[in-house]
Amino acid sequence: MGITFRKETFRDDYTFRNSPEYIRRFPFPFNEDSYMYAVNIEPHVVGPKGSVLENLIDVDEHYVAEMEDRALVLAEDPLRCQSLPHMTLAGWDLLELLMEQQALGYPEHFTLERSGDRWRWINRPLGIDDTFTFGDTSTLPYGPMEYITRQSQGDFCILDQRDGNLWMDAGMVTTQADWSLDFDIGMNFFEWHAPVPLAHEKGIFTRALKFLTNIQQGKPARRLNWTMTINPRLDTSPENYHKWGPDRATVTPENVGQKVHLRVELQSFWRLPRSNGIVFPIRCYLIKMDELVTQPKWARRLHRVIRDLPEELATYKGLTRYRPTLVEWLSKLDDGSPTSPGFGPD
Amino acid sequence: MAAKSIISRPVYGTLSPQPGKHHLFIADAEGALAITDMAGKAPPGFFDGAEIVFIPGPGGKHIAALEALKSAQLHIAPSFASLLPRLKQTLTNAHMGLRIYLAGTEGLIGQAMQAALEAGIDHVSMQTEQRGSLARRMQCVHCKGITENVTTQPALCAHCGLLLLVRDHYSRRLAAFQGVCINAEDRSEIPPMEEIFP
Amino acid sequence: MSTGTTKLDVVVSDVVPVNDLVTRFHFRRRDGELLPTFSGGAHVVVEMRDGDRTRLNPYSLMGSPLDTREYTISIRRDDVGRGGSLFMHRQVKPGLEMVISYPVNLFSLDLRAKKHLMLAGGIGITPFMAQTSQLAGAGGNFELHYTCRTAALGTYADVLRERYGNRVRLYHDDREERIDIERLLSSQPLGTHLYVCGPAGMINWVRERAASLGWPSETVHFEHFAAPQPGAPFDVTLAVSGKTIRVGEQQSLLEAIEAAGVDPPYLCRGGVCGQCETNVISSDGKFIHNDHWLSEEDHRSGCKIMPCVSRFEGKSLVLER
Repeated sequence: MGITFRKETFRDDYTFRNSPEYIRRFPFPFNEDSYMYAVNIEPHVVGPKGSVLENLIDVDEHYVAEMEDRALVLAEDPLRCQSLPHMTLAGWDLLELLMEQQALGYPEHFTLERSGDRWRWINRPLGIDDTFTFGDTSTLPYGPMEYITRQSQGDFCILDQRDGNLWMDAGMVTTQADWSLDFDIGMNFFEWHAPVPLAHEKGIFTRALKFLTNIQQGKPARRLNWTMTINPRLDTSPENYHKWGPDRATVTPENVGQKVHLRVELQSFWRLPRSNGIVFPIRCYLIKMDELVTQPKWARRLHRVIRDLPEELATYKGLTRYRPTLVEWLSKLDDGSPTSPGFGPD
Repeated sequence: MAAKSIISRPVYGTLSPQPGKHHLFIADAEGALAITDMAGKAPPGFFDGAEIVFIPGPGGKHIAALEALKSAQLHIAPSFASLLPRLKQTLTNAHMGLRIYLAGTEGLIGQAMQAALEAGIDHVSMQTEQRGSLARRMQCVHCKGITENVTTQPALCAHCGLLLLVRDHYSRRLAAFQGVCINAEDRSEIPPMEEIFP
Repeated sequence: MSTGTTKLDVVVSDVVPVNDLVTRFHFRRRDGELLPTFSGGAHVVVEMRDGDRTRLNPYSLMGSPLDTREYTISIRRDDVGRGGSLFMHRQVKPGLEMVISYPVNLFSLDLRAKKHLMLAGGIGITPFMAQTSQLAGAGGNFELHYTCRTAALGTYADVLRERYGNRVRLYHDDREERIDIERLLSSQPLGTHLYVCGPAGMINWVRERAASLGWPSETVHFEHFAAPQPGAPFDVTLAVSGKTIRVGEQQSLLEAIEAAGVDPPYLCRGGVCGQCETNVISSDGKFIHNDHWLSEEDHRSGCKIMPCVSRFEGKSLVLER
């Protein structure tokens, strides 16, 4: 049976849509009516069937279209995928992780056959059937990190752990919310988070780093992050800011439902066995307002969160220009009635 | 003195003599004074094992003060680019135990550090002291071109011509601050340029 | 929330005396599957169920990370310790079912290094066995200097010479062979990282020499094999769980807390990783701090203790557990 993959675009004509069953599946990130940073990390364990947590690495109906968009981004700008020389071993760790998880969760679509270090990987949705030697880069068309992340949804940052800190020394970053891998590669945990307002004063990063450096094999963790995007555009990179930035000024009361998207990142943290590094997948989910407000609880809650969001956060998340229009539009769906606790729709 | 702003913005210290026998100093303009100031705290014989590489800039100030230190070597160079091949050779042949000291403009410190990082030296191991001009090297995040000697906010990218916000977000690897298009959302907004990095 | 490790059900597949002091133990998974792969320098924590006493000790994995059909560790017998190594030497036989932790690495290679310079003393050779296998498999640049008391006690010296030829240098104390540390540490190319594992005295000496020769501390990596020392028994009140326990002579404070059914987080069992750091609510007596984690100030303040290796003498101790 398996997943029916959509044919859709994340640029130009923006034909991206969520099928109806995927709307309730959406990882709505707010479990109360307001938002502030917290170290909201929890163990990454399998969740309910029909949710984005039904497998630890989630493949959904947008898989094929996302991989096509990634290929376009990389053709335009190869600097979106970089690996410092010492990170190749970690790249092999990631290749093993993603192949195992995707084959485990979606056996109709992916198969991994291992015989010693001779591996065969079959990816039916993308028409790939490759046999290679694990650990030998010359037997793959790309380095191991690039090879597998061209076949996995979301961005991936591989962090080297040294001197009690984490260093972003490799990554595939094509679906990011406005940060540049080419600029940030080589930075440590505090440095790459430097532009985030307020959080440093609260000691959030110090606590988070302490937790992350102690993550062990077999015990991944996860958290959610969120922002908003105009049009279902995955590539909202600073490199292309002059291409997508102007969209923020095109929001009108008539087009909020179609254009304004909630963008949620399911981030996870896994210890990599051979390199002792940490991989940080950033899995991106998009939903437009028209789809989101089919769940009345979410409509009311989102209205309150965006309306009351502190100014610095709204600025950092890039909402300033269209926030009033969005809040006005959502307010019509908020009768003030209480929202049930928890993230899920009613 | 460079003001502290965000965490990725480098914070420079004050040069202090490190243990070991071999010391390499790279400095430009007023950075020479950081070296002579440090000399007062150095143990006897410290400069016997020191090599100083200095870019004086126009006017040739401070050369005499450095000569007075009687270091094992003193090399005067007209520019960073001209001293780079020699620096790479020094680093290739050097042994563990060589300590590195960088002083002067941020651009000099950043570029010298880049060469040292490539040679396998951890940035934490190097001493740095900022002196003199605060002009910045800036990488345009859009076209990747680096613009030297940026003193205004905002600033024009010397390669693609976009008007860029000069952020405090700094990359050691690129030895440059990040420049992002300041008026992408509304090209008609043209904030006035102010000289803020003297 | 605490992290911690997953446990592995294993069976002892072989016990091999290597020399007078050292015995090697081989473990396989009880379910026959491959063991988790790991990075050179990792250790596993072995649970030793000795009647009604359970001790937990960390041991470096010696085998190649490229072959995980079994794990191998080597244990040096310590006749005056709290009995963990004696238990292993005397009571553990092939076929015994045991529980170990997943691998944890607190002594990893810095893969940016242009060269890895390794200094091993005695049983400190064990993490380097795995690291050299890992590096050799990938064409890495390493050099190993191994000091041992006598040739007979040079555990695995011949294996290492055979595998790596003159990348391994041996120094026998009984032949007055000493590492020429000044020369060694003055002649390494820029970008070399230094790793030392052995007795505390050796580690301190190497670190001090390296610093004085200009090696930045970021380039010097070390691992202590510090087992908790036995000591006079003492009583402790665990305020959060409402229990009073007695820490036996041959038992660490952490083991006594665990025996009471309370499970603080841990990773190294040797006083360096900080995971088991415990707040002191009140005390009347003297702390015996044996860890390398807390600051001098923390030690003096009497507000914190590392239960894996430290002890107490006095009238009362109340901990936040």
